[in-house]
Amino acid sequence: MKIAVLSGKGGTGKTLVSVNLASVAEKANYMDCDVEEPNGHLFFKPMIEHVESVKVKIPNINNEKCTGCRKCVDFCRFNALAYVNHSIKVFEDVCHSCGGCMLVCPENAITEREKPIGTIERGTSEKVQVHTGILNMGEASGVPIVKQLIKNETRDDQLVIIDAPPGSACIVMESIKDADYCVLVAEPTIFGTQNLSMVHELVELFEIPFGVVLNKCLDEDNPAESYCNDHRINIIGKIKYNQNLAVLNSRGEIVSRIDPQYQTIFKLILEHIVEEVGYATTSRT
Amino acid sequence: MQQLLVLSGKGGTGKTTVASALIQLSQAKAFADCDVDAPNLDLVMHQTVEPMTTNYFGMAKAIVNEEVCIECGQCQSQCRFDAIIHKQQKEAYVIDLNACEGCGVCELICPVDAIHLESVIDGQLKLYKDERVFSTAQLKMGSGTSGMLVTRVKKQMIEQAIDTDVAIIDGSPGIGCPVIASISGVDYVLVVAEPSISGMSDMERIVTTASRFGVKTFICVNKYDVNIEYTDKIEDYAKRKHLEFVGRIPYDIQAVKAINQGNTIVDIDCASGCAVGQIYETIKKRL
Repeated sequence: MKIAVLSGKGGTGKTLVSVNLASVAEKANYMDCDVEEPNGHLFFKPMIEHVESVKVKIPNINNEKCTGCRKCVDFCRFNALAYVNHSIKVFEDVCHSCGGCMLVCPENAITEREKPIGTIERGTSEKVQVHTGILNMGEASGVPIVKQLIKNETRDDQLVIIDAPPGSACIVMESIKDADYCVLVAEPTIFGTQNLSMVHELVELFEIPFGVVLNKCLDEDNPAESYCNDHRINIIGKIKYNQNLAVLNSRGEIVSRIDPQYQTIFKLILEHIVEEVGYATTSRT
Repeated sequence: MQQLLVLSGKGGTGKTTVASALIQLSQAKAFADCDVDAPNLDLVMHQTVEPMTTNYFGMAKAIVNEEVCIECGQCQSQCRFDAIIHKQQKEAYVIDLNACEGCGVCELICPVDAIHLESVIDGQLKLYKDERVFSTAQLKMGSGTSGMLVTRVKKQMIEQAIDTDVAIIDGSPGIGCPVIASISGVDYVLVVAEPSISGMSDMERIVTTASRFGVKTFICVNKYDVNIEYTDKIEDYAKRKHLEFVGRIPYDIQAVKAINQGNTIVDIDCASGCAVGQIYETIKKRL
């Protein structure tokens, strides 16, 4: 079963929720798909067992064969190629690795080489297998890293917790598209609520069952909670703002491993999800 | 025009809270929200006019003419983005528009010219213009062209704002495409860091990314009292990297109240607002 944790707005507590859901499970795989700023490993501090490089393909121009016809330059919709000083220049940062330039070249002057854009680290922390995608600084897109992360873990019998990036762009979609359930984490501000409405739309579009965890709850009115009530969205957990929790979390402690109160909160959330997904599976068949 | 961009690396550290306060304090005549896939600045800027909205066309996407398609499958085998799906009941291939990046390889390869590329609306650009210019946008769900839209948002702001000394830009989290697009061309970056193990790690990644553009970078810490040890570490880091540390903002429940009433933290009298006031005084001397 795959559970994706997302939020739209950053800093609402995606990593808090996903790290703790993985920690209270019997056995789990935690996938950090927030490859621009991966943080789950700072909590799990896993023993790293395996590091793999993630590479994309970049055109390699054979200038001896190139006749300067510029068909590749005209073809490239990403403006990743230019003909300067009688040779083709490749702008690697904007190349999408589509391979079109190679196909269009009449002289077979273009081959491809691999360029590393990031890494995936795999390790263990107690009963959790920790998989972390890390984008190299200066690279534009972490989507290939997310694809490689998700692809290698498709066994249905394992629990997979996906820590998604913020926002609602392509990389978020890539992270959640195979999920059986989405947990939307929301904070009690109008910023959090506006961004919650966006990811709500996204999970509705993908027809993935979902529930909301309200984080950092104060005694004040909670606009995120009102949004959920107005839209009949299932609230599967509420975590109160607590100075002690904020401090433990800021130090990189996994609260459910040290405080029984939080262990109970996250266990209940996980049980709820497992039950709901189980129900969804049986009702579909 | 001097452009100050507010970034953070980690999400939710308070970029929009700080940026909106700086806009009020500096009485900036031009500002923009470049967090195009989760924009929020519009909620606290008291716009007096309706926005002028224009459609944003991102990359063109492939469309298969099912009548012409002969199901040879060459497009599918060449597509690097797994964007082409065989629909048996339709006896044709169709494009997954969410996965398609608009490269045009399928159009090139199709032996019967069944595929062409078509522009699609990938979001909306918005412009609020009264005595101030406010440029913002909303990216379409799941789109892969956020960097292009960020560039448009900034361009719209610059074109509309004439005779403006300072422009404040609210950035997006992370270090990827939209962030890189937002840094290009700005004069100063203010990083709002959070005093935690995650905040520290993310701050270092955004500072390194910004340094590649040679932009002068300031650092401040929000909710500094949640973990003073990490606040000190961040200040030390700034010193080591010769970046100016411009201040500490306390955790302040009044800030949540101000935001939830649609105000910035300097529209009311509160501790976090005062702290940003001091940060502004420091930055102002440098601009």
